[in-house]
Amino acid sequence: MRIASSVTGESALVKYLLIGLALIWLAGFLLLPLIVVFVEALRQGVGAYLTALVHDDALAAMRLTLLVSAIAVPANLVFGLVASWSIAKFRFRGRNFLITIIDIPFSVSPVISGLVFVLLFGAQGVFGAFLVSQKIQIIFAVPGIVLATIFVTFPFVARQLIPLMQAQGIDEEEAALSLGASGFRTFCLVTLPNIKWALFYGVLLCNARAMGEFGAVSVVSGHIRGLTNTMPLHVEILYNEYNFVAAFATASLLALLALVTLGLKTLLERRGGRDVKI
Amino acid sequence: MNVAAASSRVFARAPSVLPGFGLTLGLTLTWTSLIVILPLAALFWRASGLGFGGFVDLASDARVVSALRLSFVAAIIGAAFNAAAGLLIAWVLVRYDFAGKRLVDAMIDLPFALPTAVSGLALAALYAPNGWLGAPLAQLGIKIAFTPAGVVVACMFIGLPFVVRQVQPVLADLDRSLEEAAATLGASRTQTIVRVIFPAILPALLTGFALAFARGVGEYGSIIFIAGNLPFTSEIAPLLIIIRLEEFNYQGATAIAVLMLLMSFAVLLAVNLLQSWSRRRTGGGRHA
Repeated sequence: MRIASSVTGESALVKYLLIGLALIWLAGFLLLPLIVVFVEALRQGVGAYLTALVHDDALAAMRLTLLVSAIAVPANLVFGLVASWSIAKFRFRGRNFLITIIDIPFSVSPVISGLVFVLLFGAQGVFGAFLVSQKIQIIFAVPGIVLATIFVTFPFVARQLIPLMQAQGIDEEEAALSLGASGFRTFCLVTLPNIKWALFYGVLLCNARAMGEFGAVSVVSGHIRGLTNTMPLHVEILYNEYNFVAAFATASLLALLALVTLGLKTLLERRGGRDVKI
Repeated sequence: MNVAAASSRVFARAPSVLPGFGLTLGLTLTWTSLIVILPLAALFWRASGLGFGGFVDLASDARVVSALRLSFVAAIIGAAFNAAAGLLIAWVLVRYDFAGKRLVDAMIDLPFALPTAVSGLALAALYAPNGWLGAPLAQLGIKIAFTPAGVVVACMFIGLPFVVRQVQPVLADLDRSLEEAAATLGASRTQTIVRVIFPAILPALLTGFALAFARGVGEYGSIIFIAGNLPFTSEIAPLLIIIRLEEFNYQGATAIAVLMLLMSFAVLLAVNLLQSWSRRRTGGGRHA
């Protein structure tokens, strides 16, 4: 092994030079932005930090962000399970095409993801006249924010589950069914335990994006304080008002969410081993 | 359920004893149509209402052209930096051991996990003329924040994980015996890296580049805080869509959006071709 690594490795000098370069790059581009958020948030002390967080508008933004993700994440969880069952456990024509369609929201600019809902439900939109006549408001209101969030997080759960369930095949389910279990029982007792880590992983990433989405939500929200302002939008408003401490304080909560997400993700990857796809 | 029965017939499937195909596929198709296909159809329907001449007029507006050019050029430059840095980082993570390696590995995904508004705020604070990086750079006469260079920096931040996460698994799976064979046959280390290792990871590197590029083109949140958003100078295409919407100029917004979508679908197609090319070359059935 020693001999092999000497012909397929680099000299110690090159090695440490490369490690050093990589670490400097990561420190400058990833670590510094993270640190600056917390430093700016605490610039005027813990008191100012906490005052900014318990402001009514900040609390309203937190509530809305939690509400939106409490609707969008379960919706995509159920969809992900249903879609991956039909796509991964059965072979049918057009399967790969369907996977491509489900992946589309990943490759669409967040701003366009918001725009499409304005074109559908806005006052000048396809259903605009109907919605106005029924006095239903979707755009510049909470339903629009929820819809845009569901759109941008649409593929997260499904894309974790489909490759895994395809790889696992249907042998175990067939065995359970042939022993007399019902379809639902088979799903709960055989399929679900096999995919639980990938499912957690998908939900985790879905939630992080749902809570942090900015572009799409910005287009449909209308930025009404206390009503249609999510946390990322609140950050922008405060920043534009030069209220930097409050902006960075709210941002630091979102950064904490990101750190927790990364920590759990790393744990899950260790737990689920190779089941979880990056 | 009609949709379920119809979907079972249309999507002629191989027989299976597992239950629930009709129901789950019916639900999947319904939900996908409502959430993804209908909204995108509205966009293209709206664009078709412009007519070809109207579309070209809106798309060739000088401000639109300059915003699209900035978004694409900055995304390409950012993705090129990402390709170089991502390759280096993936190499270091796969080939060498050092203290804190697991932490570094977990940190790579930070740009994915950090909400874009937070990244934008952080980058603006860092690169502002009085910021930690902005102040020393200003002394060297380099301005990043509120210039097109700021857009590139934001693209460099958000695109990095795409390259690392594409290259890393391929590099880890690479058969070391190929390098030993090359060395045995008299290749220098440089020759081995350039002619044995690099060709093997090139498809993954290009895929990572394309994904980082696509993300940069559409990116909004992490760019607008640092860019300064001056029309014709540092105004990106997604921001111009929002400005057009605020002017109630739905046609203008639609035209820019359709142009951006068509271009990113072209990039996506290129990624798929790259991946099938690399599957053919390596003969493996790796999921992308």
